[in-house]
Amino acid sequence: MTGRALARIQSAPMEPCQPWPRYVLTWEDWAELAGLLADDALILLAVWADTGHVHALLDDPVSGTIVPISVGVQGGSYPALSAYWPVAIWFERMIHDLWGHAALGGAELVPWLDHGHWPVTQPMASRPGPPIRAPEPPVFQEIPGDGLIQWPIGPVGPGVGEAAHLRLTLQGETIVHAQARFGYTHKGTLTMMRGKPIRTAARFAARLAGDSTVAHSTAFAMAAEAALGVTVPPRAAALRELMGGLERIATHLDILGSVAELLGAAAVHGLCGLRQEHLRRAMAAGFGHRLLMDCVVPGGVAGDLEAAAVVTVRSALEALRAVLPGLRAMHIGNVLAARLNGLGSVDAARRTDPSINTATCGDAATRAMARLDAITADITALMPLLDALPEGALAVSLPSVSGEGLARSVSARGDVWHWLRLDHGQVAAVFPRDPGWALWPAVEMALCGAAADDAAVICCSLGLAASVVDL
Amino acid sequence: MLNWPRIRSLLPGAARAEPPGPVDEAALHALTAQLDETARTRLGRSLAIRHVNTGSCNGCELEIRALNGVIYDLARFGLRFVDSPRHADVLLVTGPLTHNLRQALVQAYDATPNPKWVVAMGDCAVDGGVFKGSYAVLGGAGMGVPIDLMIHGCPPSPARILSELRVLLELAAS
Ligand code: SF4
Repeated sequence: MTGRALARIQSAPMEPCQPWPRYVLTWEDWAELAGLLADDALILLAVWADTGHVHALLDDPVSGTIVPISVGVQGGSYPALSAYWPVAIWFERMIHDLWGHAALGGAELVPWLDHGHWPVTQPMASRPGPPIRAPEPPVFQEIPGDGLIQWPIGPVGPGVGEAAHLRLTLQGETIVHAQARFGYTHKGTLTMMRGKPIRTAARFAARLAGDSTVAHSTAFAMAAEAALGVTVPPRAAALRELMGGLERIATHLDILGSVAELLGAAAVHGLCGLRQEHLRRAMAAGFGHRLLMDCVVPGGVAGDLEAAAVVTVRSALEALRAVLPGLRAMHIGNVLAARLNGLGSVDAARRTDPSINTATCGDAATRAMARLDAITADITALMPLLDALPEGALAVSLPSVSGEGLARSVSARGDVWHWLRLDHGQVAAVFPRDPGWALWPAVEMALCGAAADDAAVICCSLGLAASVVDL
Repeated sequence: MLNWPRIRSLLPGAARAEPPGPVDEAALHALTAQLDETARTRLGRSLAIRHVNTGSCNGCELEIRALNGVIYDLARFGLRFVDSPRHADVLLVTGPLTHNLRQALVQAYDATPNPKWVVAMGDCAVDGGVFKGSYAVLGGAGMGVPIDLMIHGCPPSPARILSELRVLLELAAS
């Protein structure tokens, strides 16, 4: 059933974004829409901007339609979506820090990515400003209550992990509140991509996160190909699918192994590490890079998979498949299961965002099982692909024309979206949306009620990345 | 400390530790020239490593975790990861140095007792990598603290990281 909001959107003028047209709303329609969105059960995947407009990406789960919408920025501001739509808060802060557009009537625009250290302010604005404030420590919401302790973790935390800051409020041993602060790994990625030829910009898409470099490279490449109206050769499409599957499997193994390491389950840690290493060597033998970085390029893929490498990849997958029942058994009914059960629950009912992988819902034990299921499913899908790789070219050349495109790929965290606008073969505007945008708020939820000592395991079990939301 | 040899023997399939490759002679010479005798004695035959992420994409971290795992088995060389810079001999820095993490790196460096070594791991930590020139990035780790050893690669492979880190150990033996 198409609701009122969607009907309203679809009567607005369209911009030719491929393959989903983008609707440009009036200020009034956008403002009213914010109120209607909630009724329609439309899901807000992302909000971002360019110099003159603010864009949002909506998902209508009923019709399965993806709807990009935009509103013109007037006098430096636009109507906030966060007043009705809490997931918009982080996006609106990000937009304010990067482009300077202020969300009117929304949540407070506290600095998010900009910690006051950059030599500029609003670096994505048509005229960036000079630095105006002195660096200040991050502001956290005060949690009222007696006998509460603040426990900061990060940004340089223990272990080999992500650089984000978590502020836990503890009552005794129990976490009663968790707040995340980001921006530490902000690298100015979007400015680096802007104005670059597609192929150069793709190297930055590949470096949004090492654990999902294929997923981001693929979504970026597909968005560019959609914008330019080109189709990649069947062999390139198949190799991308293969690489995407290998990356997801390796990432799931990395997460399972890291959780096991934290809990001292050395056999699981060892087995996941062993199989992951075998897989990564096969990836290096097949595609020339252990993480497959820069192996997917706009127009196709960077290199071919030789017949000998097909055998190597297949044997790595077979070796993994052979140990899966054992890995599963080690996750059920023993010490590891006892520790994971009930840990860091992300309530599936409160999970309104379809872009998050199901592997992140439930408690840590459910997540581990879901990752094992996902590995099984990916192996099952990849084997026939390896047996029947189409022959032919690896890439097509890209015309130097203009256009706008939107595309999705799947990472171990869930759906990755890239939107971009090309101007004569150069990137005029781009935004990558990683499921991390929906996952990090889930962490805040998952940590509440948990024991402080379990925080590291819970975070690890969710497979988070800071770089993808820090940009 | 994980007993990887024993765990390996329990795993299905023939899991073997990666045979150690040669140590990079050129890097060894360069470092020997830098180090005085006292520092060398302090270094000993075992090194505690603290990882510091200064803006990484997490690709470098994936390879560090592999290094610490069952195949590369860092511990057999006397190398181990610690959680606090106070217990560290070596800071292993990954990622381009972002403005927002410069202070955190300097604090970690100041908290590490002397003598200490800073290893810039990955093209980003070496000189900013592809992010060089961004308003948000200072460059490599050297823009925040003095660097002793650089490991190129995006990300460097675990075998490469291992051989470079062993240069530090060889120093002690020389
Ligand atoms: S060197 Fe490469 S893998 Fe390492 S942080 Fe930089 S971009 Fe990521």
